[in-house]
Amino acid sequence: MTPEQIEIQLVACAVAAACALPGAFLILRKMAMMSDAISHAILPGIVVAFFLVGELHSPWLIVGAAIAGLATVVLVESISATRLVKEDAAIGLVFPVLFSVGVLLIARYAGDIHLDTDAVLTGELAFAPFDRLTVGGVDLGPKALVTMLAIGVANLVFILSFYKELKLATFDAGLAASLGFMPAALHYILMGLVSVTAVGAFDAVGSILVVALMIGPPACAYLLTDRMALMMVLSVGFGLLAAISGYWVAHWLDASIAGCMATVVGVVFLIVVALAPDRGLVSILRRQTRQRWAFAEKMLTIHLRQHEGLPEESRENRSAHLQEHLRWQADFAVDVVQRAVEDGFVVERGGFLFLTDAGRALASEAVVDA
Amino acid sequence: MIELLLTDYTIRTVALGAAILGCVSGALGTFAVLREQSLLGDAVSHAALPGIVIAYFVTGSKMSIVLMAGAGLFGALATGLVLSVTAQTRIKFDTALGIALSVFFGLGLVLLTFLQKRPDANQAGLETFLFGQAAALVVSDVVTMAIVGGLALLLVGVFWKEFKIASFDREFGRSLGLRMRIIEALLMFLFVVAIVIGLEAVGVVLMSALLIGPAAAARQWTDRLSLMFGIAALIGALSGVLGAVVSATASSLPTGPIIVLCAGVFVLVSLIGAPHRGLAWRWIRDWRNGRVLRMESVLLDLFALASQHERPDYPHEAAVLDLMANPIAGSTKSLKALEDRGLVTRVGESQWSLTQAGVARVRAILEGMSAGRRGDN
Repeated sequence: MTPEQIEIQLVACAVAAACALPGAFLILRKMAMMSDAISHAILPGIVVAFFLVGELHSPWLIVGAAIAGLATVVLVESISATRLVKEDAAIGLVFPVLFSVGVLLIARYAGDIHLDTDAVLTGELAFAPFDRLTVGGVDLGPKALVTMLAIGVANLVFILSFYKELKLATFDAGLAASLGFMPAALHYILMGLVSVTAVGAFDAVGSILVVALMIGPPACAYLLTDRMALMMVLSVGFGLLAAISGYWVAHWLDASIAGCMATVVGVVFLIVVALAPDRGLVSILRRQTRQRWAFAEKMLTIHLRQHEGLPEESRENRSAHLQEHLRWQADFAVDVVQRAVEDGFVVERGGFLFLTDAGRALASEAVVDA
Repeated sequence: MIELLLTDYTIRTVALGAAILGCVSGALGTFAVLREQSLLGDAVSHAALPGIVIAYFVTGSKMSIVLMAGAGLFGALATGLVLSVTAQTRIKFDTALGIALSVFFGLGLVLLTFLQKRPDANQAGLETFLFGQAAALVVSDVVTMAIVGGLALLLVGVFWKEFKIASFDREFGRSLGLRMRIIEALLMFLFVVAIVIGLEAVGVVLMSALLIGPAAAARQWTDRLSLMFGIAALIGALSGVLGAVVSATASSLPTGPIIVLCAGVFVLVSLIGAPHRGLAWRWIRDWRNGRVLRMESVLLDLFALASQHERPDYPHEAAVLDLMANPIAGSTKSLKALEDRGLVTRVGESQWSLTQAGVARVRAILEGMSAGRRGDN
């Protein structure tokens, strides 16, 4: 690995970790699409700040962007507070309008300056190592790395210091408010962090990857755990995984790094959706199958117990009769009987079915439960 | 401006195209907004990017209909994935949307970088899908948009009842024996079609505003679905034409953003000015209610004071009424207004008393209050 490659990966990791932390709260608060809105709407903030200070690398651009991000949140909330428009529609209206303002300002007044709208969406991580931060002649590393590390640390410090308040405000805003935790203030600080993170990250990776890294890794983590702290750790882990493997996929395909990282996020998410224990599709499917068989076996034992020791037993408790009585398909009935025999609930003797003690217990338990 | 529209062939083409896409997306957006799936449009339009690139890869053609087919395929795929992941797992709708839009868009970027490396590549047109290039619309594009959009609207007309039920009460639809899943899938498909029509002109980022804006504006003017649908289509078409013409009047004004801003202005005007629902109406109503409430409370105060004495028109000091009144508004204005209505009358320099009409009004108010209390029980 060349030093550039290492640095690109470090930047990618810093971006991924910084995005995953506030992202976890976004998806729990059902505000995932706010990251999309904010990462687009910061454009006019950057442009206006650029017009005011006149240079592209001023930190004021980040301030302008963060203000635009917060303005997005405030606008969306005040529009949906009128209850004339639903919140999702408000989000979908505000950010294209703000983005349009940004695009128009650039097209009208900054056509000859390097403020490329494409770059806002796509970013170019490969250039990150060439824009370095030097203080007093000492090279501190790529500027994007320093910026994102600082933002990541700020996110971490905020989340650690207000962890319990954030948790409560996320899961029970009413209780948080009644205990005096000021969920509204926390909400705006969190949104401010999302804005700052989006600003710092979009310079390196573009706004679309910001969305992918803020939502994707926490969504994977959300499928794996019910514990907030673990979810945060897993989110960062998935973010780092996507960052590094995305980089190597891009290297191998010689394609856009941001694009590949986003794609890897998608692939990882699909794998988690399929395979997550308890909540993945495979385990849902297996659980449904298992429950179907368990239910059928229970039905069988109830049926047998119903007629046990009665005159009609010889007619009712035959394997062949199940199709008619329980309306089961022939091969399904055979399967159920076989499973019930294997599980020791039923024994079969000469075409007749008899309950074992375990089967009788299962049946009475089921009937009493019902 | 109108002159330009009538005389300039290019501008007429662009304006017509913008009108068609505004009309179709506004109309179909109505259902999305009512079904609280507004942001689905954003995800679909981003997800269409890889479809466009692949369509170009496979066919080498940049004809609208080919690219639309690719975009539509991927838009539908993304919609399907979002809806099934939301239905099957505990992932929420907004999370699924965010992942779909960013991942598909990322995939599109990867494919675009491949395309750029092809030596024969004449892919220059494809980037316009990011931000759209309405100014580049030619007659054949507009014809395609008109045919596809017309078919979509026709289908909406055919399945109007079904879509209406799907938007307001799907359980009722199920109980009628309608196949709601198929109906909803068709509605989704038409929604994707509407997005695909607009992509070339306004691009993936701004498309969502054209779906939501006209519908959100139209919602303020009516409570009837058919009217909302029509108004949304009209506002969408107007935004399109206005945007196309405005951007043609000056150089370096990209059409897509102007169209979006026009739609934004329509939304703003509707939110504020629409009768009954609009904010201006709400403010006026609140102000009126507040004034009536303050007047009535001063009237009641005066009555309460007078009832300590032998006659109901016993006069009292304005200063006393001020103390009893709303601390910010005071009683002066209310007393003046009441005097104008002949309900109170000034006695001497600073005292006020109820008139006969005033006493009658107080009794009517008290009657109303106790009737209301009885009603509560």
